[in-house]
Amino acid sequence: MNPLPLVAVAGSPNAGKSALFNALTGARQKVGNYPGVTVERKSGRLVLADGRPVEMVDLPGAYSLDPASPDEAVTRDVLLGKQKGERQPDALVIVLDASNLDNHLRFALQLIELGLPTIVALNMVDLAKRDGLELDPKQLETELGVPVIETVAVRRRGITELQTALDDMLSAPFCGVHDHVKSDLIHLQRRAREIATAAVISETPVRRWTHRLDAVLLHPVIGPVILAAIMFVMFQAVFAWSEAPKSWIEDGVAWLSNMVSAGLPAGLLRSMVVDGAIAGVGAVITFLPQILILFLFILLLEGTGYMVRAAFLMDRLMHGVGLSGRAFIPLLSSFACAVPGIMATRTIEDPKDRLTTILVAPLMTCSARLPVYTLMIAAFIPNTRLVWGVGLQGLVMFGLYVCGIVGALLAAFVLRRGVLKGGGGGFMMELPKYQWPSLKDVAIGLLTRAEIFLKRAGTIILGTTIILWALASIPQAAPGQKQSEVSIAGHIANGIEAVVKPIGFNHDISMALLPAMAAREVAVSSIATVYSIDSPDERAGANKLEDQLQHRWSLATALAFLAWFVFAPQCISTIAVTRRETNGWKWPLFMVSYLFVLAYCAAGLTYWTAVALGL
Amino acid sequence: MNAPFHPDSISLDQLELGSRARVASVSWDSLDHGEACRLRHFGFDEGVTVEPLHLGPFGRDPIAVRVGRMTVAIRRRHAGAIRVVPLTR
Repeated sequence: MNPLPLVAVAGSPNAGKSALFNALTGARQKVGNYPGVTVERKSGRLVLADGRPVEMVDLPGAYSLDPASPDEAVTRDVLLGKQKGERQPDALVIVLDASNLDNHLRFALQLIELGLPTIVALNMVDLAKRDGLELDPKQLETELGVPVIETVAVRRRGITELQTALDDMLSAPFCGVHDHVKSDLIHLQRRAREIATAAVISETPVRRWTHRLDAVLLHPVIGPVILAAIMFVMFQAVFAWSEAPKSWIEDGVAWLSNMVSAGLPAGLLRSMVVDGAIAGVGAVITFLPQILILFLFILLLEGTGYMVRAAFLMDRLMHGVGLSGRAFIPLLSSFACAVPGIMATRTIEDPKDRLTTILVAPLMTCSARLPVYTLMIAAFIPNTRLVWGVGLQGLVMFGLYVCGIVGALLAAFVLRRGVLKGGGGGFMMELPKYQWPSLKDVAIGLLTRAEIFLKRAGTIILGTTIILWALASIPQAAPGQKQSEVSIAGHIANGIEAVVKPIGFNHDISMALLPAMAAREVAVSSIATVYSIDSPDERAGANKLEDQLQHRWSLATALAFLAWFVFAPQCISTIAVTRRETNGWKWPLFMVSYLFVLAYCAAGLTYWTAVALGL
Repeated sequence: MNAPFHPDSISLDQLELGSRARVASVSWDSLDHGEACRLRHFGFDEGVTVEPLHLGPFGRDPIAVRVGRMTVAIRRRHAGAIRVVPLTR
């Protein structure tokens, strides 16, 4: 059987390439990696009008076929048919930002020279019009010698026309590509400017929206204030908006747990399903709403174009500790999860800048810490309102985030003066136009995140919870003995406890620390499982868990536990991705050890201080 | 390659916000390969018109510069490598 025709979507960053790809392929996308390199491969399927399926691949954004980053190298190699794990595309869709033709046409000219069947999508024509720029696609078609379709990908305009053009093109016979014809950059740039000028019908100078917004958002005083306000609102929202959906999920888990308890005879199987699987996984999936809210903010900030402005505002401060503004985006993504954050460091060109960013990324409070933080805060911090809209619980959460950030900056500062000395950081970024992201693109982004989270809950978290349940249930305790102390897990925990007792950690924490290496949120499910096994008469839901914690832990212990989680590198995926991104075990091992030392010291200091204060 | 001397040129980081200038020369040699490549990709080249728009809030660094139809952020150090001749209105 012949493989499906492969169509590549290529374009410069900020041309709206991903939005166009989403509009063409819809929600069914596969995200993977190119073998041997850590560059994301996004593919999807498009069905043409006559029912023929076509495979679409979204190439990494590039400014030119002469790569300045690993991403750009992949784009070049795929197009030349030299990329491992990818066949050469049968056709090409080039996405151009209509209001930035003189720059984007240079790359387009290079791509057209390759000789692949090509269509140009003249994207974001609405924004160009808003800026008073009217273009002639027919003129552009004549100059470029390939079909040009006007599109507004975020509004799905021009998508049908683009599909029809693709259909025609894939039906026509095709005679193979030239090898890389290398016209020089300067020549291409001049030609690009000529064509761009020829394609303009009229240009009315207007006060551009982006310019007006930037006057406020990049203002030397107002700008940073707005950035801080946005960050603050984001973290308050993670708490406030998630309350209702969180309680629905909790009710659902409790209902399921009761149903299963009623349906299964008492015994080991019921204990495994109810105390192990449902209590453990249930405790973790209640945090789905919070994770989605956090990602919603990040997707919106990225989609509107604000994220790059944040990088601009922060660059100098980041430079002060030896990072670049470019590190701001990977670090902000690390608030959601360090894995995509570390992968996003690929956009940092300087190798030492990049390595420093990778090493401090796990200090940014990822969403997997949220379950731990939320549980501890709900159990130990009173829900008092300080002023309108600002609660004490939200403030403590904000404080924990700040600890992570300060920790990361200090760590970067020390690393850049120690093991990673030298190398000058650069910072060069395009500030794209502001625009409303389409709901659909945001929804697709959220859906992908929810899927990844639930998959983790269904695999790693389910697996480790069941193993922990088994370790915690065997051997069975005799009457009068505590299950969590006689079991295998109890004995392992005794060993860990010897090490962590000085910093205030109790037996329950020691038991949760080991499985939490798989993923931080497992700490919550582990504690839930242990308590659920210890008190088989109660059906422990998440609310119960908070009450139990209040009875069993001192405030000092709870605070030490929180401090531990600000720093501890407890996530196998992060360690794995660091190994992959740094090509070896040296740096991940370094990262794990420095973070454990930090975590131990921070927890210890917190505990001793709290005890000294009489908490 | 030595940049030709322009008597009335200043470096881009000394240009006032909101005033336009033509790029007279870029000392590509003072930039590393990746930085030079990026600047070219953004369209910096002898003869193009540039206009600094915004400054970073801390230490007036980085600088947001309009080049062609794009706005790009570069560090003060990079701007120092670009000599420009201010345009009079």
